[in-house]
Amino acid sequence: MTDVHALLQVGVMAVVIAFTRFLPFLAFPEGRKTPRVITYLGKVLPYAIIGMLVVYCFKGVSVLSYPYGLPELAAAVFVAGTYVWLRNTLVSVFGGVAVYMILVQLVFAT
Amino acid sequence: MTKKSFRRAFRDSLPIMAGYLALGIGYGVLLQSKGYSFWWAILMSVTMFAGSGQYAGVDFMASGASLLTTAFMTLIINCRHFFYGVSLLEKYRGTGLVKPYLIFGLTDETYSITATTKLEDDINPKKYYFFLTALNHSYWITGCVLGAVLGMFLPFPSTGIDFAMTALFIVIMTEQWLSSKQHLPAVLGVATTLICLVVFGAQYFIVPALFLIAAELMIFRKKLDIPESEVAEDD
Repeated sequence: MTDVHALLQVGVMAVVIAFTRFLPFLAFPEGRKTPRVITYLGKVLPYAIIGMLVVYCFKGVSVLSYPYGLPELAAAVFVAGTYVWLRNTLVSVFGGVAVYMILVQLVFAT
Repeated sequence: MTKKSFRRAFRDSLPIMAGYLALGIGYGVLLQSKGYSFWWAILMSVTMFAGSGQYAGVDFMASGASLLTTAFMTLIINCRHFFYGVSLLEKYRGTGLVKPYLIFGLTDETYSITATTKLEDDINPKKYYFFLTALNHSYWITGCVLGAVLGMFLPFPSTGIDFAMTALFIVIMTEQWLSSKQHLPAVLGVATTLICLVVFGAQYFIVPALFLIAAELMIFRKKLDIPESEVAEDD
């Protein structure tokens, strides 16, 4: 019985998630002209949303208690710094992960 | 052309591979700890394909939440996807048969790549988007199942590996910053989200942040909306 309920829940969640993704494409279909304001939002939103996602990634960080978000800050500076310097996504991402893992596992280990 | 598109998609997907394997394994372990076998990991990662949605979903299942609550909470958590679609209307135009799959697979990470990448002329956008989405989906399914099957027996010190996602978003933001003269949207995005995080707390800040960002972008429309030749004529 609980399995049946969980199965129904998965179905409901899958449908709702697909709905949130399909809605804009259904509201503004290819054949018709998309309103100018939507085109405008489509152009500027990626910049704002990436900013939002960066903050979103740090939502669990507590700056008031040890280690005060220092591993996150150091690794983030490393990622941005190496990217400005080398413009290589893979170096910055994998290097940043390595720096962060060393910091949280060895340097700031609790 | 297909080979080139695949190669480019694979290269761009590598940071996501690292992040999805890590997040997926974490998810699989969580799922199993609540008593759900790897079949659930397959089912959910194939049909839902959403990190935060699936993590929250385990709680709804374990607590036996009603279908209505489940639907409403899932809607709140995932409504940011609506805004992703809005900014990809143009790019995904004319992608034909694969379009429904591209839309189905529009995760934060896939969006962050497709919304910002500039493709060379010798790459077929339709094939590139498809490969990128399918590769990411396969990483996610693999991670979720691996976590559910092996997570309990593999004492890999993986703490912190999920920073891959954060690092990827920082790289994309840095690239956008360097390649654009107009920094106001990025500043608004960061500042508004930070303020909402402090005011509304980590659980509820995304929805108000999204609506405020959209509202602010509307307020600054005159300043930011530099008409391109193709859309400038009417109105």
